[in-house]
Amino acid sequence: MADIAQTAPQSGPAHRRRPLPLRLVLSGTWLLVVLICAVFAPFIAPHDPLAQDLLLERLPPFWMAGSEPGYYLGTDGLGRDVLSRIIYGARIALTVAFVAATAACVIGSALGLIAGYYRGFVDQIVSRIVDIWMSFPPVLFAILLVAVIGTGLHSVILAIIVIDWIRFCRVVRAETFVQVKLDYVDSARVAGFSRLTILIREVFPNTLPTIVALLSLEMGIAVIVEAILSFVNLSISTDDPTWGGMIAEGRTIIYFAWWVLVFPLIALFLTVLAFGQFGEGLKDRFDPVLQ
Amino acid sequence: MMADAFLDIADLSIVLRSDRAHRLLRSVDLHVNPGEVRGLVGESGAGKSMIGKTIFDILPRAVEAVEGAVTLGGTDLLALSSNARRREIAAAAALIPQDPLTALNPVRRIEGQITDRLTAILGFSKKAARDRALTLLEEVHINDPERVLRSYPHQLSGGMRQRVLIAAAFAAEPKLIVADEPTTALDVTVQKQILRLIAEMQAHHGTALLFVTHDLGVVAKICQNVTVLFGGKVVEDTDVKGLFAHPAHPYTAALINATPRYDRPDQSLLPVPADVIEATRAEIAKADAEWLSQRGQTLKAAS
Amino acid sequence: MDALRGILTRIVTTAITLFGVAVIVFAVIRIAPGDPIAMMLPPGASDEDIARLRALYGLDKSIVEQFFIWLGNVLHGDFGTSISIRQNVLGIVLGRLPATLELSFLALIIASTIGVGLAYLATRYRETAAEGTVDVINGIALSVPDFLWGLALILTFGVAWPIFEISGRVSPTLDLPFTSNFYLLESLVRFRFDITLNLLSHMIMPAIALALPLAAVISQLLKSSLKETMNQDYVMLARTKGFPESRVIARDAMRNAILPTMTLTGVQLTFLIGGTVIIERLFSYEGLGNLAIDAVINRDLPLIQGIVLLFAVLFVAINLIVDLLYTLLNPRLRHG
Repeated sequence: MADIAQTAPQSGPAHRRRPLPLRLVLSGTWLLVVLICAVFAPFIAPHDPLAQDLLLERLPPFWMAGSEPGYYLGTDGLGRDVLSRIIYGARIALTVAFVAATAACVIGSALGLIAGYYRGFVDQIVSRIVDIWMSFPPVLFAILLVAVIGTGLHSVILAIIVIDWIRFCRVVRAETFVQVKLDYVDSARVAGFSRLTILIREVFPNTLPTIVALLSLEMGIAVIVEAILSFVNLSISTDDPTWGGMIAEGRTIIYFAWWVLVFPLIALFLTVLAFGQFGEGLKDRFDPVLQ
Repeated sequence: MMADAFLDIADLSIVLRSDRAHRLLRSVDLHVNPGEVRGLVGESGAGKSMIGKTIFDILPRAVEAVEGAVTLGGTDLLALSSNARRREIAAAAALIPQDPLTALNPVRRIEGQITDRLTAILGFSKKAARDRALTLLEEVHINDPERVLRSYPHQLSGGMRQRVLIAAAFAAEPKLIVADEPTTALDVTVQKQILRLIAEMQAHHGTALLFVTHDLGVVAKICQNVTVLFGGKVVEDTDVKGLFAHPAHPYTAALINATPRYDRPDQSLLPVPADVIEATRAEIAKADAEWLSQRGQTLKAAS
Repeated sequence: MDALRGILTRIVTTAITLFGVAVIVFAVIRIAPGDPIAMMLPPGASDEDIARLRALYGLDKSIVEQFFIWLGNVLHGDFGTSISIRQNVLGIVLGRLPATLELSFLALIIASTIGVGLAYLATRYRETAAEGTVDVINGIALSVPDFLWGLALILTFGVAWPIFEISGRVSPTLDLPFTSNFYLLESLVRFRFDITLNLLSHMIMPAIALALPLAAVISQLLKSSLKETMNQDYVMLARTKGFPESRVIARDAMRNAILPTMTLTGVQLTFLIGGTVIIERLFSYEGLGNLAIDAVINRDLPLIQGIVLLFAVLFVAINLIVDLLYTLLNPRLRHG
């Protein structure tokens, strides 16, 4: 077997400049669409997402008999335009995604870096806290926190930060362990850099691909958690258009108006899938080991 | 070539899949008659392990046999489907692997690892297979065979594990045993015992033995005939007496001078001279160029 | 000896973790707005009544003292009385637990079957289109959470092709001659397969929704573990014994590859059980998770506290069991 290992050349693709992977292009495109919808919702949405019209309730989407022009994806039980609500729903979804995931990322990564780099006592405490956090079902934890601190967008964001920082902490800590053992850290130490300098200038950049991938994944998770909290009626008020709230309403009238559930579900599904795939794609592409 | 050979490898060439002009085995001929003990000698990287892997159809995916034939007990192996080939090989031959530490499955008891081919393929009852395993363990001089059958590999020493692997190789009474450097991974003190054991088992069962090694001294001790490989090419194919008396190839002669001799212990050892290696390499390069010029087009077309 | 020390260390850290869990639960309940006493008394109660009740519930003591009194009660199985259901919390919680356990167990079986099956296929037909397909399936199953799988299943097999039930644990019209709340188990033991089928038709979709992400994790881990194992010498040797590749994978590679996969699956299993909270809600399945959300909505703090503690103990126990199982199944550790 040794004969082969010595003579076989390293297989090529890692050295060549690779074209943008398909999943990065597809997921990135979808996320851009959602972002544009969120930012320019008032200009894109055909109707007011809150305008009720009982004469127009449960209209089917445009290709079905009984649809009204202008209501492309139909209306819900109160006659509100489904498409407009999905477009406005993107605002809340993305706000939660960016704010909550970024904050959880900063807090978790910082603690993970410190625990992984300084080890010892600090690491013991951080690991124990992580263990305790891992003993709670995250969704139940989130629901409990929101119930205790009160409903609303701020509570949702706070709950996600409080629960999900450990995701970053665990991964970054493990990654830092690996990095610290590598030679470049030793040579930086020999060159006389302080520990903090080494941590920030040498170790942190090497954990960055992992952090970025996880951040993208976490945004997807934040979108889902917001949807779940809206679904159990603990996010913002039921009038406000959220994907989770729409799904909850759709679930109750599923046999009469499936479109109220299906379209926000598709939006949620694609957004979560896209965040996950985007993160994985970035990791593959920017992982220094693979290039 | 030889009609009565049990194992007949003819004109076998193996190439890298990624570079099909790059040969790892170069038109190798090798045959082992029933009951014969043949040494297959070469330095590391000469391709001797690859011949063993070819016989058992366990070549790595990175390489491929592009031409030649492997006939085992009259059956042309390369003509068979994968599973049929595997059955055919297992019925005729068994392997004693190089490293007893990695060749036993760590999560299975020894008993199953000796008897599985008996029960699963030859239709032995569990009881009969166990009896056979006990007999075999006694044949390889294991004192407490009952306990060893119940053990897991990590509970046995390296020498014990190699004995177990030898017993397992002889379990189904194969006509041919391929021993792939069976002593290199062991302590020097154990090496001699294992070597003697393999020779003893071979004589007792009358099995043909292909003994793969880098050590001409071992060949002198247990083999009748010998094939010498250099760079994936056969440079010498003769009987052991003839090999030491008048080696036909300069490389073989140099290799003999580099090997400690039991019959002449005070003779000083000489490394294989660089010019001999250079000359042999040049010879191979010339053969390669000829081979490529004949088949270059077909190779390109195939890849 | 090493194995024993490892187990002891694990038990000690487990105890520390459980203590931490208790502190957090106590703290969260304490910062909840609203005076628990005020909720218990009718409006217009005198200050004296309030003070007496505070003393009765130990609320006049220091917060540390209160914690240890509370912890003592919890350790004795006294979780208090539910405000919304007005029954003993432990009784309510234990009554709902079987439903959640049966659902989780079914999901675990489905996840293992799919996960091991996919990993096997990808290994048996490695470097072909089959392996690529398995990778794509894993990727999608991993990045979509159980909540969305549940909704997708409801739409597909509940509405578009209504084959399965989309809400409840069992049809309400069915007469259940059972003595325990382990309906699935008891229906099997009593040979009431009509009830088993009815239960399964309710459980199958929530179970699959819970199982898919775990199946992808198992399949991915096992696949890479198998890839490594397939190059081991003992697998090569098994091939020379004439066994077909399928048997070589199943008998010689699988057991070695499953060990490292198992340890990593423990954490994932707790994620699965955590997922029951929202999945039970989605399918109106009468388990612990559904009860938890009701408790939160009703601000039933004693009940919430009981459920959260039970989940935490369950999670910690699973991680411990997986570690012990690893030691048990690995002959090298077992016969140290």
